[in-house]
Amino acid sequence: MIEAAIKEPIWKIRLKLWLRSFRTGWELFRERRLAVFGLGVIIFFAVFGLLYPLYPTVMKNIFWKDDPFGYATFAPYDPIIGFDPDIMSHPSPPSLRHPLGTDPLGRDILSMIMYSTPREFVLGITAALITVVIGTIIGASCAYYGGVIDTFFMRLADIVMLFPSLALLMVLSAFIDLTLFRLAVIIGMLSGFGSITLVLKAQALTVKVRPFIEAAKSTGASDAYIIFKHIIPNILPLSFLYMMLNVTGAIFTEATLSFLGLANIRMSWGVVIQMAESSGYLMGASIGTYWWLWLPAGACITLLCSAFYFLGRGLEEIVNPRLRKR
Amino acid sequence: MLKFLGKRVFQIVILLFIYVTIVFWLLEAMPGSFLDKYLMNPKITPEIRENLKRQFGFDKPVFTRYLYYMKNFLVLDLGVSFSYFPRKVTSIISERLPRTVFLFVTSTLVSYAFGYNLGKRSAWKRGKIVDQLTTFTGIVFWTIFLPLLAIFNIWLFGVILGILPLNQFIEPNLWRHVSFSAQDVFLKLLLNAFVFLVVFLAVLIISKNFKTLIAKRTLLYSTLISFVFVSILTWILSGRAVYAWDIIRHMVLPVFTLTLYSFAGSMLVMRDTMLDVIREDYITTAKAKGLPDKVVRDKHAARNALLPLMTNFVISLGFTIGGGIITETMFSWPGLGRAYLEALSQQDTPLLIGLLVFTGIFVLIAHLVADVLYAFLDPRIRY
Repeated sequence: MIEAAIKEPIWKIRLKLWLRSFRTGWELFRERRLAVFGLGVIIFFAVFGLLYPLYPTVMKNIFWKDDPFGYATFAPYDPIIGFDPDIMSHPSPPSLRHPLGTDPLGRDILSMIMYSTPREFVLGITAALITVVIGTIIGASCAYYGGVIDTFFMRLADIVMLFPSLALLMVLSAFIDLTLFRLAVIIGMLSGFGSITLVLKAQALTVKVRPFIEAAKSTGASDAYIIFKHIIPNILPLSFLYMMLNVTGAIFTEATLSFLGLANIRMSWGVVIQMAESSGYLMGASIGTYWWLWLPAGACITLLCSAFYFLGRGLEEIVNPRLRKR
Repeated sequence: MLKFLGKRVFQIVILLFIYVTIVFWLLEAMPGSFLDKYLMNPKITPEIRENLKRQFGFDKPVFTRYLYYMKNFLVLDLGVSFSYFPRKVTSIISERLPRTVFLFVTSTLVSYAFGYNLGKRSAWKRGKIVDQLTTFTGIVFWTIFLPLLAIFNIWLFGVILGILPLNQFIEPNLWRHVSFSAQDVFLKLLLNAFVFLVVFLAVLIISKNFKTLIAKRTLLYSTLISFVFVSILTWILSGRAVYAWDIIRHMVLPVFTLTLYSFAGSMLVMRDTMLDVIREDYITTAKAKGLPDKVVRDKHAARNALLPLMTNFVISLGFTIGGGIITETMFSWPGLGRAYLEALSQQDTPLLIGLLVFTGIFVLIAHLVADVLYAFLDPRIRY
């Protein structure tokens, strides 16, 4: 019997264990309809963004069949430099040619939104990953070592939390060229050194006092080994949950900064709304008349942000036994 | 307790000094300066520019300026603003602070009252359709793109229904021939609201001692209604009711938007703590005693779940200025958030530093109050 068990390679056993825990997790997850909704919306946006390269080709074959030269010159479905010369005045309301209308510069809004979708994902996930990696490592080491390291990082978190993050990013935008990637890194670092370390440290402290840490120490495991192999895997579910919630924050911050015109991002959902605002289409009665300039982009930001939040809360109910059903 | 407080205050002072230092050097590191806009003006000769530089203090090295700033900071002097030249930063902040505070305190109070009630109910009916619906709406509003909500509200209430003004703080035409300032009227409104809050709390405490439910309710409602009546009468008699009403009308839309945006925060906190409390044994006991469901929910469960909500409330008051930037820009509300954005575009460094430092002090005090409140409300916690 024992022989047979050992013959099976270790990775296979791990895979099986992992699959089993994944399956129980999935069963728990499926009961939360709001979380499933969130996941559905995220998948929808992922597919929506990936379909972008097809969109200009399809439109070209339908509407620009007779005018390939015009298509090549004006690139009407380009999200940044596009222009449609056949329409009298821009912004034009939604039509078959432009399903969500055009903006004041004659660019196609649907193509702008589709083009930005993968970028929003990259921004949100990069920022959240950086946050979680920093927060997890610092939280685990603070809990494990205590003393000077703990005091230093906790005071650092206090100072970072003092800064209103939007206000700080506005100042930073004056001397850093906030491209998408830099913005993601800065947002990630700001929240990584901030409140998330407090939460993860508290969780790591409860792991630290468990007997298996003591056992690992007595067998001569090094500090780094204990932190990375024993403490971090135990706080990983919680950090994964915070990652989901941080994606929401990062996308929101980027949209706000773009909306105020402070980020150097060529195209994003926030930029679409900023374009409408800065050319004066969001005043008084024109708000309703030119609804396609702000509603689709704004709805996309809201939907994606809330989808990640729903997912995060659904996971929270699984990770946090306090919130599980009786 | 006193030892804990002393330690905390000591920590806060040190944190504040580090914070001010970081803010100062960060803003000094910004490229360009306020004087750059005179660079292209041919009427300003090099001598005048040198003179201006000296007057604004740019001729001294940065480190000397930093020492000066810290020296002034110790006596709570935040310097002189560049763009509003002879005015002091502290006077600009004290002029704009009441507006921001009024806006945020009102919306925070309303949204917490709202969130408390909704969270309580949705936790009680966990998993039912009510719970799902409130959580869904709450999260959608909580993660909504705030400018979108503001634009939508402006369009709906200002344009389509036409019942509320679109933005700004007052209606200029109305105020053209009056001798008093809007700030004056506004401060009196603020005072009125504050007195209302104090009276409300006092009556709440007094009515607790009454025996019957009817007596409690009569006292509460009669006092509140008569207070509102008396204050409205006072405003009418003083002849400034129209102007006060004008300010209130301009406040409705921002407050409504902020409330919609933020009620879910308190609702979700309340729901989560309530779910925790419901599992306690004393809730089962109360149910087994045959108490009505509503009494168990409101008296036994909700009151014990109130604690995290209270501390959350105090901490969220600290974040008024950072959160005010978007709302105040969308509604052209002349508060601190808008002052920050204006100062940033003008490179008015003293005002920027002043606003950030002031925010920091505000947040630190809010955290201290939250700690003290926690110890005060929860007998299990002793420092």
